Amino acid sequence: MIQIGSAQLWVHDQDEALEFYTKRVGMEIRSDVTVPELGNFRWLTVGAPGYDDVAVTLMAIPGPPVMDDQTAKEVRALMAKGFAGTIFLVTDDCRAAYDEMRGRGVEFTEAPEERPYGIDCGFRDPSGNSLRLTEPREITSA
Amino acid sequence: MVFASRDRDLLRAKDLVDSRYFDPLDVTDLARAAGFSRAHFSREFRRTFGESPHSYLLTRRMERAAALLRNTDRSVADICFDVGLQSVGSFTTSFTRTYGASPTAYRAAFPEAAEYARIPTCMLRAFGRPQNRTFREDTDPAHL
Repeated sequence: MIQIGSAQLWVHDQDEALEFYTKRVGMEIRSDVTVPELGNFRWLTVGAPGYDDVAVTLMAIPGPPVMDDQTAKEVRALMAKGFAGTIFLVTDDCRAAYDEMRGRGVEFTEAPEERPYGIDCGFRDPSGNSLRLTEPREITSA
Repeated sequence: MVFASRDRDLLRAKDLVDSRYFDPLDVTDLARAAGFSRAHFSREFRRTFGESPHSYLLTRRMERAAALLRNTDRSVADICFDVGLQSVGSFTTSFTRTYGASPTAYRAAFPEAAEYARIPTCMLRAFGRPQNRTFREDTDPAHL
């Protein structure tokens, strides 16, 4: 059996991202380890409370020799354009989550709307990454 | 039916603890979430779940703090704030009472977080490469 352990998201600033995903989105810290032997590489992951098996890795864009300057620049350009990846979150109450997160300062790009698959809305993290928040519709037989 | 509804309201408060323990919640906030007066709420919560709401909130925070002490290298003060507590002194007292060891002693009983953090091999390979880039390589442009 294969399960998803974590998926990686590039971020401009790990501290800023951590504050956003915990204090504003409502996730919790799973792992936060800085390794001096790896040039102070920081392994930082967050996840939804109660779902310990799945995490999002908040990865700082490295410099050389891990990533050359040109590639780093291209990654930043993709992030700035909003094409560096999306996280799709689910909730059991999209409108309530929207109100709650807006109250905590999350800037939404789309308010909750009815879709064929449920109700969803969208927002961005401080690095420009796109996140969708969906309340899936229960599929019932005709 | 009335009891089912009451239990559902109490469960809402319990869920709030589990999902938002890192916010500065207290029993008054939990009572409000359940729609009860504070005194009535504490009594009903204990009757339904077998412990006081204060105890449930505190033990949830302690359990999360213990996980952060094991899985991160964040400071004890940061972890105190990470789990929604404001006073490092109170945190240390509560933690020591719960686990029989101070946060620092508890952490010391486990391997360092970096030793068993699930940092993938690809990351270790990439970030472990020497950063010294002057190996007196052949700099003749014809050989580059």
